Amino acid sequence: MAERPGQLRRIGGGISQLLEKICGFSRRCVFRVLSMGPLPNHLAFIMDGNRRYAKKRGLEDGSGHKAGFSALMSMLQYCYELGIKYVTIYAFSIDNFRRKPEEVESLMDLMLEKINSLLEKESIVHQYGIRVYFIGNLALLNDQVRAAAEKVMNATAKNSRVVLLVCIAYNSTDEIVQAVKKSCIEASGNYKHGDTESGIEGMDMEKQEKRIQLVEIEENMQMSVAPDPDILIRSSGETRLSNFLLWQTGNSQLCSPAALWPEIGLRHLVWAILNFQRNYSYLEKRKKQL
Amino acid sequence: MLYLLCFLLSLLSLLLLPCLRPCFHAKKSLKDEKEIDERTYVVGEEEPPTGLRRDLMPRHVAVIMDGNRRWAKQAGLLTSQGHEAGAKRLIELLELCFKLGINTVSAFAFSTENWGRHKIEVNCLMSLMQHYLESKTQYFQREETRVSVIGNLTKIPESLLHKIHKIEKATKCYKKKHLILAIDYSGRFDIMHACKSIVKKSEQGLIREEDVDEKLFERELLTKCTEFPSPDLLIRTSGEQRISNFFLWQLAYTELFFSPVLWPDFDKKKLLEALVSYQRRERRFGCRL
Repeated sequence: MAERPGQLRRIGGGISQLLEKICGFSRRCVFRVLSMGPLPNHLAFIMDGNRRYAKKRGLEDGSGHKAGFSALMSMLQYCYELGIKYVTIYAFSIDNFRRKPEEVESLMDLMLEKINSLLEKESIVHQYGIRVYFIGNLALLNDQVRAAAEKVMNATAKNSRVVLLVCIAYNSTDEIVQAVKKSCIEASGNYKHGDTESGIEGMDMEKQEKRIQLVEIEENMQMSVAPDPDILIRSSGETRLSNFLLWQTGNSQLCSPAALWPEIGLRHLVWAILNFQRNYSYLEKRKKQL
Repeated sequence: MLYLLCFLLSLLSLLLLPCLRPCFHAKKSLKDEKEIDERTYVVGEEEPPTGLRRDLMPRHVAVIMDGNRRWAKQAGLLTSQGHEAGAKRLIELLELCFKLGINTVSAFAFSTENWGRHKIEVNCLMSLMQHYLESKTQYFQREETRVSVIGNLTKIPESLLHKIHKIEKATKCYKKKHLILAIDYSGRFDIMHACKSIVKKSEQGLIREEDVDEKLFERELLTKCTEFPSPDLLIRTSGEQRISNFFLWQLAYTELFFSPVLWPDFDKKKLLEALVSYQRRERRFGCRL
């Protein structure tokens, strides 16, 4: 009699393992089918709806973000299993600093915990050989989070299989402005090494124009480490970019499933990729026309 | 054989999974909602149709007028006729917007990428734009609508460029209503152009590198011709869900509305649906309300 609960647990564990294996097998089958067609090289996610998820389930405030993190890990696993090389996520916007201080602090604590967990041996980073970049105005973060982010970037710098770009303290308009500022500094640096005999007014227009042509804003953008996203998925049904990858998503396919971020699943990813495949030949034709 | 089995199993699992069908489109069907009273036609400052609030009208609506060629093909017409129908639809949309109190309208008339289309079609589009700019000058003057054209404009025919300058000069004095036509425009070109302008000014000592911020950058974009450079609502027709290198910087917080209808079929009812969808949205700008 005393053994029964233990037996039941073992049976339950066994069933659960079996179900996991069946799901894994089905998933690999689906990915095999999808791989028959063109696959995106880079997927970007706006992880919207964590708070609404917590409210919907009657959970306390921070729980939505924790559930969101689990959904993120699953989504990363699916992407890397499918062979998608680059994944970008919008973790924290510069605008989010305007939320209530307690919420911001709670999010920073959660991010610190999760960033540190990426360095653990069992983490997804080691499982898939992920190189991690933290993209954004990192100076706006507190010292601990920034130090943790830099540590992860250094620790994964040699990984080359797949890439995860975490946009944190990020705004696309800020990214562009920082790139412009860098270009200004570079251009004035070029000027100082160039013609020093006459001032800039004395230099002929052609020379001036030529030097300005050398200024490449794209190279100065933080996101230049990855190609442009093929698909941008925003959860929770909102259809707006919220200042995310504005320069990079000019030709990306936009998807806005109604599911809140913690509810996002394999079917949403598959649907987005099927739509991408449907439009692929048209987009390739257009690229050739350019 | 094994792959066939895998394929069938995958298909079965996809079919059995819930939420594949209805949940991939964001907003619920407008059929369930109160019918918009489209018989009510707004003139000037009158009340908008039932279902819409005047205080929630977007100040600036942008449109990507996609689907003219497909419309023409479906109707058994020439591509040029599809573009003609599209141009007429734009004028109608403009009238509707102004009547509803939406005073700035931007339209993506010709993208930099469109130069890659067949030469005959490109020439047809250039002629069409020239024709409309010429024939509608008096109309815009009568309606006191300012017309601005933004874009690279270096490759367009001289005759069209002349018409553009003429209509811009003729309507420059009007302040309230504004039509912005993006011709030979690309969002990346706009940002690059602003970047080069700032770098040049910085080299000339006109601005300091530390003064470069988002406000300054926005003033260098081609949309500086309007007080409201960022559209509140972007409508793209024909079902494609892409920005296609239209406004990039300017769309940071814009609500996007993708309509499956082809542009020449995007009539008053469809516009009202887009506006109802817009007015229902909770715009948070990154904060929590």
